[in-house]
Amino acid sequence: MKRFLSLVVVTLMILSMFAGCSTNENVTNEEAKTIGLAISTLNNPFFVDLEAGAKAKAQELGVTLVTLDSQDDSATEMSNVEDLINQGVDIIMINPTDSDAVKSAVEAANKANIPVITLDRGANGGEVVSHIASDNVAGGKLAGEYVIELLGGKGKVVELEGIPGASAARDRGQGFNEAISGTDIEVVAKQTANFDRAEGLTVMENILQAQPEIDAVFAHNDEMALGAIEAIKASKRDILVVGFDATDDAKAAVESGEMAATVEQLPKEIGSMGVEAAVKILNGEKVESMMPVDLQLVKK
Amino acid sequence: MTTIKKLLKNKPLIVLLAASVVVAIINPRFLTWGNILTVLRQTSINAVIATGMTFAILIGGIDLSVGSVLGFCGAIAAAMISSGINVFVVVITALMLGTFIGFLNGTLITAGRLQPFIATLGTVTLLRGLILVFTKGRPISTGSTGASEAFGKIGTGFIGPIPIPVYIMIVVFILAYYILNHTRIGRYIYATGSNEEATIYSGIKTSRVKLFVYSVSGMTAALAGILITARLGSAQPTAGAGYELDAIAAVVLGGTSMAGGVGTIAGTAIGALIIGILNNALNLMKVPSYYQDVAKGIVILAAVLLDRKQKLSR
Repeated sequence: MKRFLSLVVVTLMILSMFAGCSTNENVTNEEAKTIGLAISTLNNPFFVDLEAGAKAKAQELGVTLVTLDSQDDSATEMSNVEDLINQGVDIIMINPTDSDAVKSAVEAANKANIPVITLDRGANGGEVVSHIASDNVAGGKLAGEYVIELLGGKGKVVELEGIPGASAARDRGQGFNEAISGTDIEVVAKQTANFDRAEGLTVMENILQAQPEIDAVFAHNDEMALGAIEAIKASKRDILVVGFDATDDAKAAVESGEMAATVEQLPKEIGSMGVEAAVKILNGEKVESMMPVDLQLVKK
Repeated sequence: MTTIKKLLKNKPLIVLLAASVVVAIINPRFLTWGNILTVLRQTSINAVIATGMTFAILIGGIDLSVGSVLGFCGAIAAAMISSGINVFVVVITALMLGTFIGFLNGTLITAGRLQPFIATLGTVTLLRGLILVFTKGRPISTGSTGASEAFGKIGTGFIGPIPIPVYIMIVVFILAYYILNHTRIGRYIYATGSNEEATIYSGIKTSRVKLFVYSVSGMTAALAGILITARLGSAQPTAGAGYELDAIAAVVLGGTSMAGGVGTIAGTAIGALIIGILNNALNLMKVPSYYQDVAKGIVILAAVLLDRKQKLSR
């Protein structure tokens, strides 16, 4: 019996301890609307920033934001959205792990009559009130134009691609290639490093072995760009690197001259616009079904 | 009174009940009918995998490959469905494929004399690679054919008020319970796990028992793959990665000994529910996501430690 009690007490303690960790919301403000955010991952600075932007905006507008982490797993995402529905949130913002797999989650919210906004990645099904994302094609163009400027319109470049099939990878590559087409800049190698820094390093090492002449690298994100920089440093060659996302590490690398430039998406802006749109929808106002967020080039 | 005493001895059940009570007090929405069904449906995938895992752990083995088997069979099923093949055929094919992969694991362990940990560790990576080759790294959508609609029902449909995956989970539990408690092979599984040598000397071919067990584990993983693919309407190349850990946690929380020979399906069912409730409750209690993993880890450790202490002091 004693053991039974101790077990119960321990369970109680643990659970209440963690309940204590929960985000401090104003319990007094019962009227406050609640926005649910199912975010693809909080293991990546970009999405951490996105969430921070949403949180700041929610505080400013006096709404409650509940964030759940899908840990890059579509099934977890589905469960999280269900949990948000059961919690009775007023509107759900989803930053999908995958545009196809999120369909069921969006449909579940539709069924519960909870409006859905998608952030950064879209959904290939279900009813979405508004989609808020960076214009990645424009960002790729921005990078391409800067490479043209730096190389004087002539040279050999390497393109490190993101996860094959991911819309961000497709769009950034498209923008970049559109920009350099018609110039004397030639893509000599094009390989995926799955948006990953370690893979960026190894893939670039291989490319450096294979290609005697490289003037610049365009990576679809900073993680791969930073990996590539490590490989280039080790090879003691002089190659310009342009990344994408403007993470803190990348900005520091641009500042120190290791990286030529990075295209800054404004993840905080995406999160913040999301909350703004959510509040508008809850107030019965109309919002655009597609809201592009601006990008900017960060260079020294 | 004796039944109550017996129940009080069932630690996993008590953890389950205590956790439910606490969560219900903190957030009354936890006990709404809709949420209970959500928890059961969310639990079904891990529960099905954990059932096969219970077999593997009962014979003193382990099957780390379940997540990859899930992903592989899910991808094959999605590809077949998207080309309009009959749902029944697809389900049977995926299940047979999973069983076959499990059988291969068993062969590596018996004929190849590999440690179960090592053999299935190899198949984890091998299969994940095959998934990437097969899917070319992209999700496979089940499409929008008639077959895909019927297939989707397996994951999203209801019979009466209860979601179909919950029925499937219950059927799997009942079958596993029956096999372990009322068939010869079930007794052989416990015997192999408690003392393999003695089992061999009593004339039982333990290698056949092992082949059976790993085939079962492969089949349940494939079934989970079907459920997850049907639910999402698409097979992700990364689907199932890390799921073996949740399954092992469910089995261990349910009181099954990693050394083999001791454990029950009822325990695993409760273990899977504890994990399902934890995942759901931490969300409902609005625990920030970074703390959720910390909480889950502590609960698992605390439950297993207390159970262990109890057993040692007996």
